[in-house]
Amino acid sequence: MSNRETTTTTTTNPAFPVQRAAPISTQASPGIGLMSDFFEWFGSLGVFSWQVLKAGVTPPYEWRELIRHLDEVGSKSLPLVAMAGAAIGTVLSMEARSSLSRFGAKAMLPSAIVYSVVLEMGPIITGLVVSGRVGAGIGAELASMKVTEQIDAIEASAINPYRFLAATRILACILMLPLLTLAADATGVLAGWLTQTLVEPVSLRQFIDSGFSGATFNDFLPPTFKTAVFGLIVGLIACFQGMRTRGGAEGVGRAATNSVVLSSLFVILADVVLVKFILVFFP
Amino acid sequence: MTTAYDIPMKQDQLESSESVPILAVSNLHKSFESHRVLNGISLSVNRGETLAVLGRSGTGKSVLLRLIIGLVKPDSGSVFIHGRDIANLSLDQLGEFRKKMGFLFQHAALYDSLTVGENVAFPLEHHKKEMPRSEKTDRVRRLLAEVGMEGDIDKMPSDISGGMQKRVGLARALVLEPEILLLDEPTAGLDPISSGEIDDLVLTLQREHQMASIVVTHDLHSAKTIANRLALLDKGNVVIEGTFEDLQQSNIEFVQEFLEHA
Repeated sequence: MSNRETTTTTTTNPAFPVQRAAPISTQASPGIGLMSDFFEWFGSLGVFSWQVLKAGVTPPYEWRELIRHLDEVGSKSLPLVAMAGAAIGTVLSMEARSSLSRFGAKAMLPSAIVYSVVLEMGPIITGLVVSGRVGAGIGAELASMKVTEQIDAIEASAINPYRFLAATRILACILMLPLLTLAADATGVLAGWLTQTLVEPVSLRQFIDSGFSGATFNDFLPPTFKTAVFGLIVGLIACFQGMRTRGGAEGVGRAATNSVVLSSLFVILADVVLVKFILVFFP
Repeated sequence: MTTAYDIPMKQDQLESSESVPILAVSNLHKSFESHRVLNGISLSVNRGETLAVLGRSGTGKSVLLRLIIGLVKPDSGSVFIHGRDIANLSLDQLGEFRKKMGFLFQHAALYDSLTVGENVAFPLEHHKKEMPRSEKTDRVRRLLAEVGMEGDIDKMPSDISGGMQKRVGLARALVLEPEILLLDEPTAGLDPISSGEIDDLVLTLQREHQMASIVVTHDLHSAKTIANRLALLDKGNVVIEGTFEDLQQSNIEFVQEFLEHA
């Protein structure tokens, strides 16, 4: 058995890193500190995204976890998304009828409802609803796992947490958003028809024919599939916020809130860019 | 002076060689911002041996375990598993080494959405996909029986006490039959009777499985019970390493003070 006694005095080690300077935000003005935090956040998100991408494309794949999250994101969000779509369709029908009547264009009402719902309202409402429900759920769940060392336990068990926890959730969001958008579109158009029929009876067949007349796949597919980008944003930001949480219960709450706020903000910003992209490449 | 680490060996020779400790850390340094936690730690553990790492709170004991398992990267220094330096391996490269290690977290870190049985089976489900379901179930039940939790297999972690959670955590740490066992404060927060039961359990499991173990604890009584050797840390350094008798006979002021208050 070894028997080693050493003095308690520490010795300097030339290999030991030089003490780092205090963070910029504590030295300079708050504005510079905010900028520094902003770039730090983006930089960390970039590194996190790369880790998730690397893990997600290399085996072993977590199919069982993916299927579980497809159910969690998809089928459990469906009632809320459908209700939101119906509400939008109803509101659009009432507002559009009032506006179009002034210009003698009531006959355009079905097209106005269908195009508004499918091109923009359906996708953005779905993105925001999922950002709230799924984003908060993922952020809170992963944050809770982080502060209770469950993520460390997963990693210590030789399971890649980026693959097992993040990649599965993000992929589920990407795959489910377009499908949920279709559901929102369907309930939106249906609710629009119902609202119209209560005022001025028209058959569903007639409403659909009138609403979709002259439409092509180029009109409807790109807006629907742009929600896959919304899914990427919601999943990525929620997982990132959750897995970098510190600070116990307060940190969990902050992670959930930040997941919703930031993913909603970036969904809206991304929509601006994507709409322009669609108008350019799918005129 | 040439050490066992300097001699190049093939991996299978390394794993069977008696001259190379299963686990060794060499000159580990770690600091968090301006706080220096480890200042050149070197330790080694052989098969069937238990090393207790003692020290005051905040002296880097838990950080040492996290450096070994790779949850934290050292600023400098090496972590050798069967003679192979794993300190700077990537996440996926570390996987093969982590399968040889079992880790018991201070608060057990059970997955709260899984039952007790599912928690223990979790590593098996990922790493032993080819194992028949009946064999997995048998192994899980056997391990839970060894830790005295076989009757709670369907309970959720929130339904059992802290001491019971640690037992389940211990079973989970052993499910892949590791060569190395890392225990982070296994008796922290437990009453004296539960602490004694955990100590007895660790001792029994160690005798049966013959692992190389490192136990981080501030509980001197627990360390005396389960460890062959003790290492006392202070200010990021190993102050003394040896048997409990070596510590008792030491003239170092800090050692005497630690023993007096333990």
